[in-house]
Amino acid sequence: MAAEKSPGARQPRRKLVAVPHPDGEGDARVAAESGATAADTSPRAPGDTAPEEPGADALRLSDVDEWGRSQHLRDILARLYDPLYEHWFRVEWEGFDKLPREGGALMVANHAGAIPADAPSIMHGIERDLGRAVYGLADDVFKRIPLVNLGWSRLGGVQAHPDNAYRLLREQQQLVMVFPEGSKGPGKHYSERYQLRRFGRGGFVQIAMRAGVPIIPLAIVGNEETMPIVAKIPTLAKALGLPYAPITANMLVLGPLGALIPFPAKMRIRVLDPVHLDVPPDQPRYSRSRIMDTSEDIRHAIQEELYDMLSRRHSVWTG
Amino acid sequence: MGRRVLVTGLGSFWGGRVAQALEADPAVDVIIGLDTREPGVQLDRTEYVRVDESYSILSRIVQATQVDTVVHSFLVVDSNQVSPRQMHETNVIGTMNLFAAASQPDSRVRSVVVKSSTLVYGSTHADPVWFSEDTRRPAFPRLRVERSLLEVEGYVRDYAADNPHVAVSLLRFSNVLGEDIVTPISKALSLPLVPAVFGYDPRVQFVHEVDVVRAIMFVLAHDLGGIFNVAGDGLLPWSEVAAICGKRLAPLPPVGRKTVASALTRLGVDMPLELIELLTYGRGADNRRLKQAGFSYEHTSAGAVHAFAEAARLRGTVGRPRAYRYERDVEAFFRHSPAVVRDRGSGA
Repeated sequence: MAAEKSPGARQPRRKLVAVPHPDGEGDARVAAESGATAADTSPRAPGDTAPEEPGADALRLSDVDEWGRSQHLRDILARLYDPLYEHWFRVEWEGFDKLPREGGALMVANHAGAIPADAPSIMHGIERDLGRAVYGLADDVFKRIPLVNLGWSRLGGVQAHPDNAYRLLREQQQLVMVFPEGSKGPGKHYSERYQLRRFGRGGFVQIAMRAGVPIIPLAIVGNEETMPIVAKIPTLAKALGLPYAPITANMLVLGPLGALIPFPAKMRIRVLDPVHLDVPPDQPRYSRSRIMDTSEDIRHAIQEELYDMLSRRHSVWTG
Repeated sequence: MGRRVLVTGLGSFWGGRVAQALEADPAVDVIIGLDTREPGVQLDRTEYVRVDESYSILSRIVQATQVDTVVHSFLVVDSNQVSPRQMHETNVIGTMNLFAAASQPDSRVRSVVVKSSTLVYGSTHADPVWFSEDTRRPAFPRLRVERSLLEVEGYVRDYAADNPHVAVSLLRFSNVLGEDIVTPISKALSLPLVPAVFGYDPRVQFVHEVDVVRAIMFVLAHDLGGIFNVAGDGLLPWSEVAAICGKRLAPLPPVGRKTVASALTRLGVDMPLELIELLTYGRGADNRRLKQAGFSYEHTSAGAVHAFAEAARLRGTVGRPRAYRYERDVEAFFRHSPAVVRDRGSGA
């Protein structure tokens, strides 16, 4: 079973002496201990709400939420990005109605292209057509670069820390997107296109288990061809502190402009069936084998789906 | 019998404020305040004892006065305020001496409150948005003030483990703003142009100075014990903080933080390194544990900034009120002369 470890095991020794909790915090732990799966998708108890209710503080001047996301800036960007989404990438969804209208869910997808166009397309599509905010978990590379960190966080990017993911998914029941391949996906050579990399250490499965939310796999075709990497310069990457420094086909065709302009590959996003993890939430630890098996199953499912989509694709540009 | 309370750092802003709050509490019989400096606020019945910075005579004082409660409010959390050596003496050696005194075999101490800072979480690119009391900091502490406070917390933990009968509360306070307190942040917000790090606009958190004293009094009254973050609700971007204060931002280079910090300090702008780090990556402390214990905040983060901005506008018109000046003989007269009629305090 996944839930063998006692919940106290993860409690660090930092707590000085027994802290009395009149009510609230204990509930979730007790429920978890008795193996109950109640509160699976329901938000937490009323006494246990988030410190910040966005918009509740009348003294605020901006709409930047605790994650750094601003709906106002998001709306401005949506107007700029929509033509790109509609006419450049001509994004098409399959199984869009499998996305939940409410409740937390963790979306995982394949990730590709030197500057990946998949993330903004998923976020834009869902925010526009489902009317829900999407938070994207990303590597701390984003947070280290001036201006990039600012844009990324205002548009819904969040540092990929387990605590952040838990709070978004469990306590706030948000839609969260993550690319388990990390930078290994976009950083791969064009000759390896649509070959999924290792899915990290399965951290995304553990997060979904703890948060008690389903995982929704997405398979994306077209992102590989938007900005294919034909060569890499490891010394430059090291000097700049980036995960990879590519020479892209775009640069060869368009010159310096190619560093930023993606090719108009037709992008197709298929939503797979949600994976419900049959374990109680809020456990301090889950079985490692169960995590790795689930992670591998999901990776396999996305890979199969990609092959299926590629076999049906007649042209990179028209789909 | 009422409480007998020892307050460290009586001359500091917090020591004075806490002593005033204790004086208003009829359950407190005796208040003894220690510091190297004289108190900066008017106190009616607090006894002031001048000590050296590392509190070496503390064990004698604890023994002689039989205190049962210690409020350790004097930890240096601002690296520009004192030299590194002095910070070590005050924070680490001072705390060590305090706990040595409090753990004497015949000590009557039953309750200890230590005022620490959310600086112990650091501020780096790898941080979670919210630090709970149990979150392990992702990055190794590089700043001297962070290491100093972590060392202090080590002593606090040891003392709590060795003395299970004592309620030891460790309060980690967020950035304080309010009507009166002067910190590097309040100074930065009082400049014509507010310093910011180019390309970053981190979310920061504040706690109002009133809530700081209220939290200390709350923890004392309930003998809570444990670690608690004390921070206002909500995070707000630094640019918004400046906007609330009616100020524009002046960008600092996003590289060479150490050089920038020392250059600004030389120019007379109080910009410690830990503030530049905060203005780069921000920091949020989860305040739910103290709330669950029953505490409620009077101010949110944004509320604290508004309170500060309003006070700053008022000061811009009428100036700062004249500071209280401590006169040893006068104070001794009011406390000890038989000529003074005392109807409250320990004699009542």
